[in-house]
Amino acid sequence: MKVVGALTALLLASTTLSASAETLRWARAGDSLTLDPHAQNEGPTHTLAHQMYEPLIIRDHSGAMQGALATEWAPKADDPTVWVFTLREGVKYHDGADFTAEDVVFSINRAKSEDSDMKELLTSISEVRAVDDYTVEFVTDGPNPILPSNLTNLFMMDKGWAEANDVVKVQDIEGGEKTFASTNTNGTGPFKLISREPDVKTVLTANENYWGKDEFPLDVTEIVYTPIQNAATRVAALLSGEVDFIQDVPVQDLGRVAETEGLVVKTAPQNRVIFFGLNQGADDIANDDVDGANPLADVRVRQAMSMAINRDAIKQVVMRGQSQPAGMIAPPFVNGWTAEMDGASKTDVDAAKALMAEAGYEDGFSIQLDCPNDRYVNDEAICQAAVGMLAQIGVKVNLDAKPKAQHFPLITNNQTDFYMLGWGVPTYDSEYIFNFLVHSRTDERGSWNGTGFSNADVDDMIASLASETDLDKRNATIQSIWNVVQEEQLYIPIHHQVLNWGMSNKVGTEVSPEDDPKIKFFTMN
Amino acid sequence: MLAYIIRRVFQSALVLLVVGLVAFSMFSFVGDPVDNMLGQERTQADIERLRSDLGLDQPFPVQYWRFLEQAVQGNFGLSYRQGRPVSEILMERLPATLELAFVSGVLALLGGIGFGIFTAIRKRGVAANTIMTLSLIGVSLPTFLIGVLLIYLFSVELGWLPSFGRGDVTRIGDWWTTGFLTESGLKALILPAITLGLYQMTLIMRLVRTEMLEVLRSDYIRFARARGLRDRSVHFRHALKNTLVPVITITGLQLGSIIAFAIITETVFQWPGVGLLFINAIQFVDIPVMAAYLMMISVMFVGINLIVDLLYFAIDPRLRVDRSAGKTA
Repeated sequence: MKVVGALTALLLASTTLSASAETLRWARAGDSLTLDPHAQNEGPTHTLAHQMYEPLIIRDHSGAMQGALATEWAPKADDPTVWVFTLREGVKYHDGADFTAEDVVFSINRAKSEDSDMKELLTSISEVRAVDDYTVEFVTDGPNPILPSNLTNLFMMDKGWAEANDVVKVQDIEGGEKTFASTNTNGTGPFKLISREPDVKTVLTANENYWGKDEFPLDVTEIVYTPIQNAATRVAALLSGEVDFIQDVPVQDLGRVAETEGLVVKTAPQNRVIFFGLNQGADDIANDDVDGANPLADVRVRQAMSMAINRDAIKQVVMRGQSQPAGMIAPPFVNGWTAEMDGASKTDVDAAKALMAEAGYEDGFSIQLDCPNDRYVNDEAICQAAVGMLAQIGVKVNLDAKPKAQHFPLITNNQTDFYMLGWGVPTYDSEYIFNFLVHSRTDERGSWNGTGFSNADVDDMIASLASETDLDKRNATIQSIWNVVQEEQLYIPIHHQVLNWGMSNKVGTEVSPEDDPKIKFFTMN
Repeated sequence: MLAYIIRRVFQSALVLLVVGLVAFSMFSFVGDPVDNMLGQERTQADIERLRSDLGLDQPFPVQYWRFLEQAVQGNFGLSYRQGRPVSEILMERLPATLELAFVSGVLALLGGIGFGIFTAIRKRGVAANTIMTLSLIGVSLPTFLIGVLLIYLFSVELGWLPSFGRGDVTRIGDWWTTGFLTESGLKALILPAITLGLYQMTLIMRLVRTEMLEVLRSDYIRFARARGLRDRSVHFRHALKNTLVPVITITGLQLGSIIAFAIITETVFQWPGVGLLFINAIQFVDIPVMAAYLMMISVMFVGINLIVDLLYFAIDPRLRVDRSAGKTA
């Protein structure tokens, strides 16, 4: 019996030994901007942080919410303006300190401070208080039914560590010097930082004391993360076996990767819609040949332009099948999305011509389309395709494509009449879309609404969503706002972008719609 | 001599000032840094706050003056992208670029002079003709394509050499990191160095060949042959020395371009040098990094020009007549 026991132990030891050296070499186009978890609100930055830090709630690879540092969360029974979070017990930071309610209070207040880039997601929170070591209450000004979905990228830091290392304040990018927290980490997450050279290489190792050791595969024991900016080089690194896992596989290389033995490409719809915005609000627009009037102000023109766009052709020719034609500017994961609205955009050139004639533009008009050329998958090529399609109904489009750094200010500064934009919805709720893209432009809302659309009733409805706790009523309001957006043809939806991850066949994972792999879910064999 | 140096230094400072002005005025066309720095969820109020914090709401002359004031003290501010001092980031990245430039420079020089002499001496041989034909490829193929082709051949198909990065590096002193001391570091150098050096190599080779052919036709070489000197002595002692004068000028200037044009090679090979840093900075509209990089490159070019002029003096006594003051290259 003893011998069997010893043998089993030996076997177990040898299997853990072989499993103990699973290195995942991972490459994507960009690097994290900083290790301070509250300084930047940006995809690659959050993705790296997720390996080392944890929020109260995370989204798993299907996009569903899952407790991380919180085990339960619900509005307080007698007071809808208070959310109660029950924290996981026995969680330790990498340096051995206990995770408690004090840390949550500290982290939220830190993320609400002025230099934080996360504060816009927390504006409704007026107070965070620790009831006891493992219970935290979030007080909001008015009920906030979707508060938890704003917390999925909000990482918890250790109060004692932050105080000891003088990083209570968030890294101030324009003012202060580099801080301890921007180059060091102390989280509760499944991986610990070993070394970091920004833009070159980041090495993480498994956290032996991770609370979720038995709950997640945690097959990967070491992560070597290297940004490789050039798409051809990134694919070459995967083909030559120098990396095991890459994000952002260019569509023209998908076939090559998939046909290579030992490699697989996994594809899933991304949480991002690509669409055109139209300046309907101006009396006259600058870059057209119609004097004294704005053709885009006529809903029939906007509808005709939408009908002229052949989304299936864009999918086949420009995207090589890697897109999903869209009829609304919400991705399918988002609360408020309906299949009916998403299928609404149909191509019908004859009907579009008739609408143009009805609106008085049977001879068409000319207009400038502003398009990015380094932001979305094949962005410029999509715009080029649209130019040809719109020409069929007499809309002569002059395409102006430029880098995103020059393109986006045109939208936020109201300097474009016809533009491409893509939008992801990290909160998985339509309110997020309405706040930025539909609400009139004010100091607080509508910062990405370049359409000039402004409707006081719609604004009121959008504002009411923030504190409506009756979810049925709230969803009804969301639907009526969508109806206005669709009827007004506020935007011309093109497609839902599709994500591609390329990997060695020993790596097991599904593509997450946010493009943020959480390595603790990965299997290796 | 001293007056000449002082005059040259003064001219150099003026050049730098103008470069700074041109570079700085270009930044307004690159895009809006605020847009990248704030996340998707920014409000109009955030944008305005950040603009005023960064001083971007100030008129252009004020911004330029501030930049000069700081730059003179060696302070290029904080990177908008990484939130760290620009000088620190540049120092961190410089070793990678300098090592790559050094290796490809040596490669270009040795290969260029060697092949140049060979094709000049054996001008009708099959080998020389083959080299000349192949050199056309080096001149005409874009760096980007050469890099991708090398990666495809040596990394993907043969699996001999890494396709990206610098391999393992060893730290020497406070800020110098070197890839010369590890196997993976040396391996990682090969492809980028060839990619970067190929154009320069063919250029030097063609230059050396032409010069050498020219020199070999001159009278003193004929006399040397008439005196019965051996070929080796004629070629390497008499001809080569006079061939090298223009080669040194070109090489000096090309060394500058090797560092400046490393941008493309570094992007293809994800080589963590200043060129890749600059590309990242452009995409993010990281003005402090762009400004510091452009200033650094122009200081380098101006410095190299100065050194080349002085070397000229040392090598060719005929030039010591002070007539080069008007020549600033």
